[in-house]
Amino acid sequence: MKTLRIAAVHAILVLASAATLYPVLWVVKMALSPSQGFAMSPSPLPTKVTLQNFIDVVSTHDASGWLFGRQLFNSIVVAAAVTVVGVALACSAAYALSRFRFGGRTLTLRAFFLSQMFPGVVTSIPLYVLLDHLALLNRLAGLVLVYATTAIPFCVFMLKGYFDSLPRELEEAVLLDGGTRFDAFWRVALPLSRPALAVTALFCFLTAWNEFILAFTFMTDPRSWTLPVALQRYVGDYSTEWGHFAAGAILVSLPVMALFFALERHLVGGLTQGGVKG
Amino acid sequence: MASLTIDHVGKDHGATRVLGDVSLTVADGELLVLVGPSGCGKSTLLRCIAGLEELSRGAIVMDGVDITRAEPRDRDIAMVFQSYALYPHLSVRDNLAFGLKMRKTAPGEIARRIGDAAEMLGLDALLDRRPAQLSGGQRQRVAMGRAVVRRPKVFLFDEPLSNLDAALRGQMRVELMRLHQRLGATMVYVTHDQVEAMTLADRIAVLSQGALMQVGPPAELYARPTNLFVARFLGTPEMNIVGAAAAQASGLVAALPDTVASVGVRAEDLHVAPGGVGAQVDVVEHLGPEALVHLRVEMIELTARVDARQVPRVGERITVAVDAARLHCFDAAGQRVEGRQATADSPKLGIGKP
Repeated sequence: MKTLRIAAVHAILVLASAATLYPVLWVVKMALSPSQGFAMSPSPLPTKVTLQNFIDVVSTHDASGWLFGRQLFNSIVVAAAVTVVGVALACSAAYALSRFRFGGRTLTLRAFFLSQMFPGVVTSIPLYVLLDHLALLNRLAGLVLVYATTAIPFCVFMLKGYFDSLPRELEEAVLLDGGTRFDAFWRVALPLSRPALAVTALFCFLTAWNEFILAFTFMTDPRSWTLPVALQRYVGDYSTEWGHFAAGAILVSLPVMALFFALERHLVGGLTQGGVKG
Repeated sequence: MASLTIDHVGKDHGATRVLGDVSLTVADGELLVLVGPSGCGKSTLLRCIAGLEELSRGAIVMDGVDITRAEPRDRDIAMVFQSYALYPHLSVRDNLAFGLKMRKTAPGEIARRIGDAAEMLGLDALLDRRPAQLSGGQRQRVAMGRAVVRRPKVFLFDEPLSNLDAALRGQMRVELMRLHQRLGATMVYVTHDQVEAMTLADRIAVLSQGALMQVGPPAELYARPTNLFVARFLGTPEMNIVGAAAAQASGLVAALPDTVASVGVRAEDLHVAPGGVGAQVDVVEHLGPEALVHLRVEMIELTARVDARQVPRVGERITVAVDAARLHCFDAAGQRVEGRQATADSPKLGIGKP
C-alpha cells in the first residue's frame, strides 16, 4: 500500500515536471533548429542542431554598429540602476516606517499598498505624458525612474516586514554604545538584513530586466531598446522568426538564471524569514 | 562613577500610567535593585534612566547634571539587556570594541581594555567567535564585558539572568557581585526575582503598579516591610498573613489593638513548640537542611520553616507558637502598624496559649 502511494506520488511529480519543462524544451528545440518555422511536431527534441539562430541574434547590427550589444548594455544599465536606486530608497523608507511613529505613516503605507493594486498598463499613458514633459522618452534614465517607482512599494513592504522582525534591543544597544540612529541603521539593521536585501535586489533586477510593455511604449528608437523589446522585433505582422525569437529568449533568460542560482541560498532564507517573522 | 537622582519621575503610555511619581537616589558606587512583579514599571524606569524612553514628568540628574533630555549616547551609561542584545554579525572582540570605536577611542587603548575585560570575565578563548557560537552563560558574560570596557558612569542591568537556568543563574549572581566589588561602580539592577534582589543589592527598591513601595537595605525590608505588598513580595516562602480577628479567635495571637486588621508571620518565626495552639500537618516539603511544613490551625493555612531533624509527619497533630517580637501588624489599608505601638496597646500580645 505504502509503495503504491509512493509510486503514485512520484508519477504525479514526473508528470508535473514534464508539463513544466515541455514548453521550455520546445523553446530550446526551436532555438537549435535551422528553420524559422513554428515546429508542429510534438517531440521536444530537434532533428537537426545548429547554433546559427544564436549567432544571428547576437550579431544583429544596424547602420551605427552592433545593435545587440547596445541593447544588452541598455538592459544591464537599466536593471542595475533600478536595483541600486530601488534598494537604496526602499530600505531607508522601510526602516523609517518600521521604527518611527510619525504623522502620515499609515497613509503612506496604504498609498503604497494601493499603488500595487493597478496593473502597470493602466499607468502607461500618464507616465508617457510625464516622461514626455521631462524629456525622458527614449532615455534610459526615464525607464529607470519608472521601474524604480513601480518596484519600490513592494520592496518597502518586504523590507519593513524584515526590519519589524529584528529585535529593537540591538539598535538600542547601539544608541547606548554611543552611536546615532543612523549608526543603528547602517551598522546593525542593514548588515542583519542581508537576506531580505538580496531578495529585494533580485526583485528590482527582475522587474527591470523582464519588463516589456512600458519599455515598448516609451522607447521608440531601436538603439534605446532593452532586450525584451528587441526580441519582439522577430514577431512581425506577416511572419515570425521563431528560431531567432527562441534563441533571443534563451539569451535573455541566462543572466536571470545565473543571478537566481547565485542568490538562491539568501533567497530561500529571506523569503521564509520575511514570511514567518514579518 | 556617579550618583544618580530620580526626581518625581512619571511615565504615561497614552492614557495608561506606567510610572506614577517615583523619587529615588542611587549613591556613588551603590548597587540598587529595582524589584517588583511584571508590569510594575521597573523596566520602564530603567529605560527612562538609559534615555530609551522619554519621561512624562520629573527629572533625572547624574552627578548634579540634569540628563532628562540628553540623548542615550551622551549619558555615559551602559546597559545589559535581558536578551543580551549582542550584535550577531560581529565577533565577540568586535562586540566589545563597538562602543569604544563609536567613541573614537584609540586602537591601542581599545585592545588593552578588551584584554582587561576578557581576562576579568574569562572571555579570552571566545574573542573570535560569533554570539551564535556561544552558550547562554558565555553570551551573558560578553554582554557584561561590553558594558565593562566602556567604563561608564552608571551600569544598568535589565533582568540579565532571567534567560539562564537555575545553576548558572546562581553562578552569574556571584560573578556579578564580584564585578561590582571590583569596579566599585554605580549600578541599577532590575529583576522580578526577589532572591536575586536580596542577594545582590546594597539597597532594594520595591515597585508595584508604577509606585515605589519601599526602599532600603535587604535586611531592613525583610525585617520591617512597610506594607502588605512588600511583606508578601520579599521572602520565600511568602509571609503568612492572617486576618486579625481570625488570628485572635484561633488563639494564635493574643488581643490586638483595633487598628490592626491583619498580622504577618514569617515561616521561620512560626515554631513547633509545646504549649502552643493545636495544628494539623497537611504537607511537608523537604529542602535538605530544613523543611517547609504546611499546616492548618482551625481554618487558617500557615507555613512553618522547621529543622530537618524535627519534621513532623503528614497528618500529625502538633502545637505551634508565634514569636511575638517578630509579629508584623498591618492596618486596614495594608500599612505597617509599628510593633511597639501595637504591643504597647496590647500588653498581652505574645506567644498564644490554647
